[in-house]
Amino acid sequence: MAVAQPGGRAASIPLMGHEVEPTMFELSVRGRSAAQFRTTGIASRPLDSMVPPHHLNPEPLVTADLAERDLVGHVTRLTHRQFSVDLGAYPLGSCTMKYNPKFCDAIAADPGLAAVHPGAPASLTQGWLELLATLEDRLCAITGMAAATLQPAAGAAGELTGLLLMRAFHDANGEPRRRVIIPDSAHGTNPASVTLGGYEVTTVASNERGLVDLDELRAALGPDVAGIMLTNPNTVGLFEEQITEIATAVHDVGGLLYYDGANLNAIVGVVRPGDMGFDIVHMNLHKTFATPHGGGGPGAGPVAVSSRLASFLPGPKATRVEDHYEWVTPSRSIGRVHGWHGNALVLARALAYIEVHGAQGLERVAQHAVLNANWLRHRLAAILPAAYDRPCMHECVLTAAPLKSAFGVRALDVAKALMDEGFHAPTVYFPLIVDEALMFEPTETESPQTLEALAVALESIAQRAASDPAPLHSAPHHTPVSRVDEARAARRLIATEDAASR
Amino acid sequence: MLDFLGLASLDDLFAHIPAAVRLAHGLDVPDGRSEPDVAEEFARFTAANRAAGGSLVCFAGGGAYDHEVPNVVRSLASRSEFVTAYTPYQPEVAQGVLQALFEYQTLVSRLSGLPIANASLYDGATALVEALNLAAATTGRSTMVVSSGVHPHWRSVVRTFARGTGHRIIEVPLVDGVTEWASVDVEEAAAVVVAYPNYLGVIEEMDVAQQRAKALGALFVVAGDPVAAGVLRTAGQWGADVFVGEGQVFGTALSFGGPYLGLFAVAAEHVRRLPGRIVGETVDTNGRRAFVTTLRAREQDIRREKATSNVCTNQTLMAITAAIQLGWLGTDGLRQVATSSASGAHALLEALTAIDGVEPLVRAPFLREFAVRLPRPAEGVIAAMAGDGLLAGLAVSALTGGADPSVEGDPATGLLVAVTERRTASELDRYVESMRKAVR
Repeated sequence: MAVAQPGGRAASIPLMGHEVEPTMFELSVRGRSAAQFRTTGIASRPLDSMVPPHHLNPEPLVTADLAERDLVGHVTRLTHRQFSVDLGAYPLGSCTMKYNPKFCDAIAADPGLAAVHPGAPASLTQGWLELLATLEDRLCAITGMAAATLQPAAGAAGELTGLLLMRAFHDANGEPRRRVIIPDSAHGTNPASVTLGGYEVTTVASNERGLVDLDELRAALGPDVAGIMLTNPNTVGLFEEQITEIATAVHDVGGLLYYDGANLNAIVGVVRPGDMGFDIVHMNLHKTFATPHGGGGPGAGPVAVSSRLASFLPGPKATRVEDHYEWVTPSRSIGRVHGWHGNALVLARALAYIEVHGAQGLERVAQHAVLNANWLRHRLAAILPAAYDRPCMHECVLTAAPLKSAFGVRALDVAKALMDEGFHAPTVYFPLIVDEALMFEPTETESPQTLEALAVALESIAQRAASDPAPLHSAPHHTPVSRVDEARAARRLIATEDAASR
Repeated sequence: MLDFLGLASLDDLFAHIPAAVRLAHGLDVPDGRSEPDVAEEFARFTAANRAAGGSLVCFAGGGAYDHEVPNVVRSLASRSEFVTAYTPYQPEVAQGVLQALFEYQTLVSRLSGLPIANASLYDGATALVEALNLAAATTGRSTMVVSSGVHPHWRSVVRTFARGTGHRIIEVPLVDGVTEWASVDVEEAAAVVVAYPNYLGVIEEMDVAQQRAKALGALFVVAGDPVAAGVLRTAGQWGADVFVGEGQVFGTALSFGGPYLGLFAVAAEHVRRLPGRIVGETVDTNGRRAFVTTLRAREQDIRREKATSNVCTNQTLMAITAAIQLGWLGTDGLRQVATSSASGAHALLEALTAIDGVEPLVRAPFLREFAVRLPRPAEGVIAAMAGDGLLAGLAVSALTGGADPSVEGDPATGLLVAVTERRTASELDRYVESMRKAVR
């Protein structure tokens, strides 16, 4: 590969050494304040003249008292103890930690979107309604579906919404069903969502190729099956090549196919869930459409459906009516799944991303995501073999089993040591069906130089596993803190400053 | 890179995908455009919105409030180390997010008066759903007694998710703005839910609600306004088992309704059923203080179909924002937001009810939000007052979607009005003048 120097490592962390940062409560000095308010000219009234006194808290609620300068210092020092995509590669499998264009952040920060009240009449918010209706069109085009709800606030919320749609569909047909089928490789949110949707989980095992075993599936199907939840490509990064046969088998018993869009980044612009036979699709906009993950949210999990399910969608939905937009609730709607219209600013970012990329740009996203994952899989084959030795999609599941049996170095050790090399760790011990799993998802936004640097770092770790494995068991050594005592945190829960009683 | 893989083209990467399901002619999505070109498309959207600000002074609330968000909070909360990180699965490189969440949990715990808070849920409405699921799992029951003073959208969300869990939702009517608990005729329940203050702004009598919960053997769930919590007794002081709330008021812009922030706190005995993530303090191998997500055995990726919540991604960035905003406000600032908002709200109601035909919708004590009965449908009044540069509030019927147990009489003539610390005396004067014209 002709590339420039390997790069992309966040080699300078931690910026501020290994000192513990005090909490804002430890920094607090009563009497200090940063807050400044408008001069209202409204006379302040005594609280007990407005509120029955027995409702007033007799004890003042103390929070933290900081000057602005100290608040800024505190929070900035916290950010220096935090890895992020902007700092370096973050190949966390299943999470699609790609670079997020700053343009989309600027779109979401525009007061013309961000300062709009969600309950303002539609006549004052036509721009927002058009934006949401446009996004719905785009998401339907991308998934091959007829209509969508934008309300679900994250992927798991989308899953549960999809299952409630499945339930409403079967109920309307007068045939309540009991079971939903899930492969054993599924994300944990799938079975949890099925239970909350009021269904029982039937798990089908994967075959030796890491795919749904069609015979097992057929044996599990019956008239009480409401549907199947599938991720395609699945969580081991492989495309379910028999998807058409799977769809036919499920549809033949009257079941529906649910597409978990967690891995949509692998196929966007190349394959549409609708063309594979899916009836319900959720998308994680924070993954495929590059809205930043915010340290664990906000996300957005719109759900798109085929035409026979459209009338059940949550409402109200932004809908074009002649020359303007109105809020319209579908005729057999299951009701709201969010307090307002969903994570609107995340939705705006996603539309901006889609508009910049266009049809060809989105196809390139999938192509380069799959190229990078396959390159990494091939490049690392000698030290971390793939769990399934065939072309992968946007992520590759490798195994540290050989390192473990030869040198006692586990997947966790490799992941922790990689952080010393300036990269975020891959996902470890998932999917559950792979021994000592290391799941890498490089995404399309990392350059060949960065991938080479990542490979070099992993080779170095593998060499040390052979020559001097002991330090790997206690890695990382060059991060703001070393390995943390997770058992202690669970044994004696200290979840607040007050419980810490310093 | 293709050479390294022995491939001739990018297309070969997808050769194992059956041709029958491949897109033959690409997506039916417009061609990509440059960022400046797309910015122009979005400028068209923003031009067709009336944002809260100088040209549309916001008196609308209903769960979304126009509070001061200073530059320092915007600036810190948009640090890319927070914005572009993910869930802190690797604590050694995530102490920034973890400690910020620990500080957030501490603040929510103090606001709720309950010892344990989680690291956030999607919004207030979905937080309430999680509270009901917790109550069902704790009591083994499925009847939920919910005051209709709970925001109508939240009740709609509760009803939607009850389709899956099979919970029976009993919505208790309001009489003159106050929950009529005496009308409840069940013997036992999993949860009793009261909003404090309720969505019409009324400060409900909490002793009555708590006693009702106790009599039914139910968990007492308080859906609290966290700004009011700065001065009112906390949910914990009223005997709550679970506190839920909408945290948008702490540093998050109106944002057309999201992303917002679901606040969630519980009494100590419910910690093992807490939904979502929780950060705990511990030490690293060198004995230094460190933070880590803990009690992981509760979560969906471990319990799978036995989990009582499916929450994974939540609203961490909004939680961090809330912690920063509360740090900026400080003890006195938090109190001032509640006091200033309430002073403005009381002054405005007095001035409005001096107008012929405008009356309080209910006659119960309130803090910073209230409802009035107008002589005309509220939607027309809102439209007329928008012409004067005012977002007059929310039509009660727009929230309830028609007749509702929370409102006696026609909800269409009810107008819900909120005043924040950002409203000035001259804006109040303009409001009163505009209303006088609009109802004439």
